[in-house]
Amino acid sequence: MKHIKAINQKAVRIEEYGRSEPGTGTAGGPDGDDVVALETRDSGPHIPLGCSLVFAPGWEVDSSGGTAGLCAPVERDLFDCHNGCFWPVQVPDHLNHAADWTSTCATAQQDWRKIDLIFP
Amino acid sequence: MSALGLREFHPFEASGQHFLYMVPSAGVFHVDTPSWNVLKTLDGQPMSPEELTEALADRHPANEVADAIQELLGIHAIGDVHLPPTKSLPVIPPQDFPLTTMVLNVTNKCNLACTYCYEYGEDKIVDTDFGEKPKFMSEETARESVDFMFKEAGTNRVANLTFFGGETLLNFKVLKKTLVYARERAVILGKEVQFSLTTNATLLRPEVIEWLVDNKVGVTISIDGPKESQDEFRVFKNGMGSYDVVQPKIKELLKRHNNPPVGARVTLTKQNLDVMKIFRHLTDDMGFWSVGFAPVTTANGRDYAIEGDGYNDMLAQFEELAEEFKEAALENRHHGFSNLNETLEEIHKGMSKAFPCGAGLGLVGVATDGDVALCHRFAGSDEHKIGSVQSGVDREKQSRFLETHHIAHKTDCHTCWARPLCAGGCYHEAHTRYGTTTQPNLHYCDWVRSWTDTCLQVYGEIATHNPDFLKQYDRVASIPA
Repeated sequence: MKHIKAINQKAVRIEEYGRSEPGTGTAGGPDGDDVVALETRDSGPHIPLGCSLVFAPGWEVDSSGGTAGLCAPVERDLFDCHNGCFWPVQVPDHLNHAADWTSTCATAQQDWRKIDLIFP
Repeated sequence: MSALGLREFHPFEASGQHFLYMVPSAGVFHVDTPSWNVLKTLDGQPMSPEELTEALADRHPANEVADAIQELLGIHAIGDVHLPPTKSLPVIPPQDFPLTTMVLNVTNKCNLACTYCYEYGEDKIVDTDFGEKPKFMSEETARESVDFMFKEAGTNRVANLTFFGGETLLNFKVLKKTLVYARERAVILGKEVQFSLTTNATLLRPEVIEWLVDNKVGVTISIDGPKESQDEFRVFKNGMGSYDVVQPKIKELLKRHNNPPVGARVTLTKQNLDVMKIFRHLTDDMGFWSVGFAPVTTANGRDYAIEGDGYNDMLAQFEELAEEFKEAALENRHHGFSNLNETLEEIHKGMSKAFPCGAGLGLVGVATDGDVALCHRFAGSDEHKIGSVQSGVDREKQSRFLETHHIAHKTDCHTCWARPLCAGGCYHEAHTRYGTTTQPNLHYCDWVRSWTDTCLQVYGEIATHNPDFLKQYDRVASIPA
């Protein structure tokens, strides 16, 4: 770094950590690292951030960075919440109030835009 | 990205240069003028990178500002203004976290009657006079403690065994046998033990000194300064001051014992607050290698409690000693002000504490009957017991303690930049002052921040002019005093 110099041991480690991040050469830079959950990385182990970030249980990628072959591919997250585990904060209650919420959405990958908001 | 704003750090100046102490990571960075101007411009008024570039256009070219922004983003000194503050998660260490130091209270009797004493005075938490605990630790319990220590040390090669009291040397017989036993066990287990003890120096007979020297036992002497200071509170049971008794004995010890060097530990009170005079006496006149100061632990309103201006007075003198320390460090000379020395090491390593100290985790105190407490100050207290040397640490109790005392739960501390080093302060102090170990010590927050700032400035000066001096702090672990 040109403008900032690491002085103590922790600062040196922060700098090293920054260098190991791809993209800008710094951790959390504006160009590259805002969204990391499903990126395929060049090197090192990659642990995707799962439902803690987006409330999507079962977010995973396989060893090649793909999703389609997994038990809960990302394309189906919405339906996993909606039908599978019913995550009440994220999706309407399809048992009581919004049974038809996804009826216009035949294929999630293509039709997800058709799913509308539900107003009480 | 929308607007950029400042993230959490504490700026400080040293040698006319700007430094940042990052919170909560505890990284220390030097920042140059363009970066500093970026930070100054963003202070209190978030703006986009474009606005920032424009605002600084008269001083720095656009590419320089862009680089500076990039680097400041990298160390999280600035960030998207909408990002939530960094939170410490209450992650507790693994259960097999190794024990580094065991403090063995070999007796709870003392031949002095220091008025302010946390073990016998008004604020004591264990009935040391008429309680059920034995007055002296037996040889058997001491041996069991040593076995416990090695077991709990896990994969650590070095264990630290500190003898404590009461007056530690009242149980010299058991000390001697325990040391031999610990050495034998260490050889068998392929480990090393480092011994230390704290004493009031009244019982430093020639044979004791001989033993301390031969066995390289680290010694800390509790002493409050010159005669008038020492005799104010550190008195025998008949009220007689102890200075004249301890002074020749300490001189004799210091003449013979310098491996490891002997340190003094001073309790500061309202009546005894002339830090400079105490320091001079203990180093120049007496010959101590190092001197550490601690304000007396006390409930509010005690006659000897330091209050209000007392803290400012103490701070001003600490700053004076810090200045001396800095001058010495720049010339590679030793200076014995151990408060600063210890904090510099923590700053150098970038320690960011989840807990204020290792109590109940890497350090425990063992009472005379073998009960294991958070630290020596709680030894013998049933409320603060987390096991016994015979039955081991009660993992459930220990976890509960660590969970409830994590910095993540000290909401008062969450906006304080000094929390990586302070983490709320001493549990015992909090218990005495507020009646609970979970409470941060809010009565000295301002003091801690001012003092930490001074330590950071000294660190910055040394890092600028004599960085080699800081190499001594590169060692992996320090031996707790």
